[in-house]
Amino acid sequence: MKPLMLSGLEPLIVTDETNFVNVGERTNVTGSLRFARLIKEGKYDEALEVALDQVRGGAQILDVNMDDGMLDGKAAMVKFLHLVASEPEIARIPIMIDSSKWEIIEVGLKCVQGKGVVNSISLKEGEKIFIDQARKIKQYGAATVVMAFDEDGQADTYDRRIQICERAYRVLVDQVNFPPQDIIFDPNIFPVATGIPEHNNYAIDFFKATEWIKTHLPGAKVSGGVSNVSFSFRGNNVVREAMHSSFLFHAINHGMDMGILNAGLVEIYDLIPKELLLYVEDVLLNRREDATERLVDFAESVTGNGKVKIVDDEWRKGTVEERLAHALIKGVIYHVLEDTEEARLKYSKPLHVIEQPLMAGMNTVGDLFGSGKMFLPQVVKSARVMKKAVAYLLPYLEAEKTENNSSKGKILMATVKGDVHDIGKNIVGVVLGCNNYDIIDLGVMVPAQKILEEAVNHQVDIIGLSGLITPSLDEMVNVAVEMERKGMKIPLLIGGATTSRIHTSVKIAPKYSGSTIHVLDASKSVAVASRLLGEDTADFSASIRSEYEGLAVDHQSRQEAKTLITIGAARSNRVGIDWQEHEVLKPSFLGTKKFDSYSLEEIRKYIDWTPFFSTWMLKGKYPQIFENAIVGSEAKTLFKEANVMLDQIIAQGSLQANAVIGFFEAQAVQDDVEIKNNVVNRLHFLRQQGKKASKIPNISLADYIAPKSSKKQDYIGGFATTVGIGIEKLIADFEADHDDYNVIMVKAIADRLAEAFAELMHKKVRKEYWGYASQEDFDNSALIKEKYQGIRPAPGYPACPDHTEKKALFELLQVEENTGITLTESYAMYPASSVSGFYFSHPKARYFGLGKIGEDQLDDYADRKAMDKQEAERWLAPIIGYK
Amino acid sequence: MTIQEVIKERILILDGAMGTMIQRHDLQEEDFRNEALKDHTISLKGNNDLLSLTRPDIIKSIHEAYLEAGADIIETNTFSSTTIAQADYGLQDWVYKINYESTRIARAAADHYTALDGNQPRFVAGSIGPTNTTASLSPDVNDPGFRAVTFDALKLAFRYQVEALLDGGVDLLLFETIIDTLNAKAALFAAEEVKAERNIQTPIMVSGTITDASGRTLSGQTTEAFLISISHCELFSVGLNCAFGAEMMRPFLKILSDKSDFMVSAHPNAGLPNEFGQYDETPEEMVDQITAYLEDHMVNIIGGCCGTTPDHIQAIATLAKNYKPRQIAYAH
Repeated sequence: MKPLMLSGLEPLIVTDETNFVNVGERTNVTGSLRFARLIKEGKYDEALEVALDQVRGGAQILDVNMDDGMLDGKAAMVKFLHLVASEPEIARIPIMIDSSKWEIIEVGLKCVQGKGVVNSISLKEGEKIFIDQARKIKQYGAATVVMAFDEDGQADTYDRRIQICERAYRVLVDQVNFPPQDIIFDPNIFPVATGIPEHNNYAIDFFKATEWIKTHLPGAKVSGGVSNVSFSFRGNNVVREAMHSSFLFHAINHGMDMGILNAGLVEIYDLIPKELLLYVEDVLLNRREDATERLVDFAESVTGNGKVKIVDDEWRKGTVEERLAHALIKGVIYHVLEDTEEARLKYSKPLHVIEQPLMAGMNTVGDLFGSGKMFLPQVVKSARVMKKAVAYLLPYLEAEKTENNSSKGKILMATVKGDVHDIGKNIVGVVLGCNNYDIIDLGVMVPAQKILEEAVNHQVDIIGLSGLITPSLDEMVNVAVEMERKGMKIPLLIGGATTSRIHTSVKIAPKYSGSTIHVLDASKSVAVASRLLGEDTADFSASIRSEYEGLAVDHQSRQEAKTLITIGAARSNRVGIDWQEHEVLKPSFLGTKKFDSYSLEEIRKYIDWTPFFSTWMLKGKYPQIFENAIVGSEAKTLFKEANVMLDQIIAQGSLQANAVIGFFEAQAVQDDVEIKNNVVNRLHFLRQQGKKASKIPNISLADYIAPKSSKKQDYIGGFATTVGIGIEKLIADFEADHDDYNVIMVKAIADRLAEAFAELMHKKVRKEYWGYASQEDFDNSALIKEKYQGIRPAPGYPACPDHTEKKALFELLQVEENTGITLTESYAMYPASSVSGFYFSHPKARYFGLGKIGEDQLDDYADRKAMDKQEAERWLAPIIGYK
Repeated sequence: MTIQEVIKERILILDGAMGTMIQRHDLQEEDFRNEALKDHTISLKGNNDLLSLTRPDIIKSIHEAYLEAGADIIETNTFSSTTIAQADYGLQDWVYKINYESTRIARAAADHYTALDGNQPRFVAGSIGPTNTTASLSPDVNDPGFRAVTFDALKLAFRYQVEALLDGGVDLLLFETIIDTLNAKAALFAAEEVKAERNIQTPIMVSGTITDASGRTLSGQTTEAFLISISHCELFSVGLNCAFGAEMMRPFLKILSDKSDFMVSAHPNAGLPNEFGQYDETPEEMVDQITAYLEDHMVNIIGGCCGTTPDHIQAIATLAKNYKPRQIAYAH
């Protein structure tokens, strides 16, 4: 036989080994005056506390009864059960829906997700109704209490009890096919010691009937309303508790499985004073004619209120921060207003209460949820506490705002279509509102159309979108697309639990030409909004955009790693260049040309200062960085000092700039480039292997050189520049002075000069030495933006990530002899302030990232270079796209 | 052969994701419209169930791909075809037609494959989602006593769907992705009612969803409490789907496997969604994890949910051939 299995949020399994199941009785308007009053006065919050006390007092099932002539019993049952469902600590246990009215029972059954118990049905109105109700109960998925009651009335003798229970059992099991383990008999507990002799055997008859049921009706359980037995001693809790305890002791011994009682008010059997126990048991077991009189007499001598309710309010003794955290984590709403007020007085600003103790508590809730230590209904309760606290603070926040009422801008906020979560969005709204932004909150489930319309109507400065569930991510993309279509330019902020910087950068930002920024949490929102609407907007937007583009490229290459095509397929998707149409221009010389001690004064003009500032951790583009409110003045100082040092270096000639360039007859053979008449007869390149969209080629640098099959003679160039000759002495001098600042400064300047020198040489090559762009006339900022024809990719960088190819380049140009630059064993250039690379002249040539490569290409590449596979894998580790 | 006979012999394969396969088609608004819907004022894009009427070719090809991959049971394209879920699109009146036509498409595909190989009969399960409402939870945190839907409204909505699916000719009813057990109880009530009225014995599959690391349903029940709460019905199978990949689902599936008197099913996602809300677990990765289910004889029915494809199902079907199904132990 299966056990009785019930459930609330958690299971309750009643087996033969289960000692006894306590059914909490205080949430019963017929049994508890206090509960009845609370329900009638509509004080459901307090009525829930009664339920909570029952659970904390050890109730394993909660009996709920709303049978009162003055109440709409159905409505009260529904409302109370809905509220119980929102209190996980209560909802944890199964519900016993207690009513003498079937219609109240049925509405109750429609409110419980777990398997509860109906209390009760009986044969009172005949078999037909009994069967109908039992069938329904089965369909709703509940167990049921069956009262020992039939057409002739309530059973009050042993014989009537067992006769009715047996009949009911047979009907349920044989006709309804009701699971026997789901049948719980209530063989009627009646008051004893009433003074009426016929009542004296009530307890004994109950015990005996219990034993008979448990022996003869397989699976069936026995329950009863225990408090009834002591009804005669109302007002004397000491006696009542002793009677309950003793009654239970004997009933359980006879097989009683569960009982409805005030779980907090049962004396421990062994702790009942011996004399009291004797009188009580004389009554219960009907051991003496005068048992009732003796107990009544004794009862008058025993006073007291029985047990004192113990409330767990130890936590109220903590600091206000601890109390708020406790309230948020446990979802306790009762003290939140007083605690929030206390915090408001303690903190200098109401906003700080939100940002500090309340957010700290919510973060803990988030962590607990993330680690599976809380579940959603509990989190919902926490959210309710948070909302209440924020709502309390709102008027104070508003008041503060009006004190300095110049609005910094209008921000529209909305939770996107399909999503109803708004706590985070509301907090962001409050925080921004407190910082003097006007917030237009469109609420939840807002379609794109409405967001756009309202943004236009209110002429907002920023749109903020929020969402918690994954489909919201797509909806946010949709909003961005619509904003672009409408030609909007205002910034778009993205926030919410499933959003991320990576999703925003890859999926949303590319769809919208205005600024699109992911905002991690409320605390970041003010900084972002102020920068977006501040003076350095353009700079901020540009830096975000470039950061996001970087993330997107990075992501793309990781994605490509997952979907690599074969190297054969990649090669057949090479860059399409019609070589027959292309006029190859022969460089002005072949072989190498060296430049010693090149003019630093001239090189200086080509410096790109932006990376110089980023070396010093100052973010911003040169020259706009000088206007930046935060770093502007520091950038100016730095720039001035760098130029002073540059002046000195040039005046003293302490750094020497050397370079070598060279041009060679070249033809591509697949991904290699063959060099004619040279010690180095082959350069080796790699090819993009990620799956591309249609009409996008898989590029290799070799594609920019005419293939051998075209029969065209093409050319490839190479260069190496350095300004690091002499730098050791400069550094040593500064180090001797412990002048770290100037050590960094000289290195940073030398790096910039080396790059500038490379830029300068490239320009000379395009206009003069190779001369394919002799008409070109760009200023320095256009050069920095790489607007010119042809490229100068460096080995070890994205287009040709293999550092070992530097060896070939160095041999080709005899770099060491010509410039003094050497290669370390890890193929780094020494001095560090050096740049080297190849020249490609074709107008289609552009910089690209190689992405990941497959094992087939690596094998092929290692073969071509006559390199060990393992060695090749070591050098190319960052781009290997297989395991 | 009936499904009750087949399932005693081997592990049955359920199909994989419908939505993931539909997404591959990059559909536009016009794909979700037909002549009768051309002037419908609400955007219909994303209402995937509607494709059974507007692009039956796509739905048919997806069913066929899963049958080809070895699925014994295919699910109708009706996850959101209740009057409640379709109300978002203003298509309550279309619910019968969507369910009926979706079933016809799946029925034809399954029958075709059964005819090709009589040793592997194919079955159609009517997919019934949870609707987008919850009967146990308030959508308004400030008003925990509020409910957006009642038991009776849910029961009625499920009833419409069940009747249309049965009219279309499903072999099984599959109540899946259960996030709130009270919704499921309303659904089961409706199904039992219709079955009793029609005097039919259509087997019922129930599949819950454990939504977070605490191991609970959205409405807060533990796996075992969920099992107890739906065990009043004579179910064909009980199981878990969605929310997690196979690995994270395992401890909760183990509970069902140990305690259920019904057959046990699992159709996990292809891992967890990444930052883009997409699933990227490969068939090989998924098979590795499912091997653990099979080694321990935890399931009778195995398939895939979000992010799974015919490749996943084929890999799972190939694997499952080597294992014996779970035996029901009447442990108590």
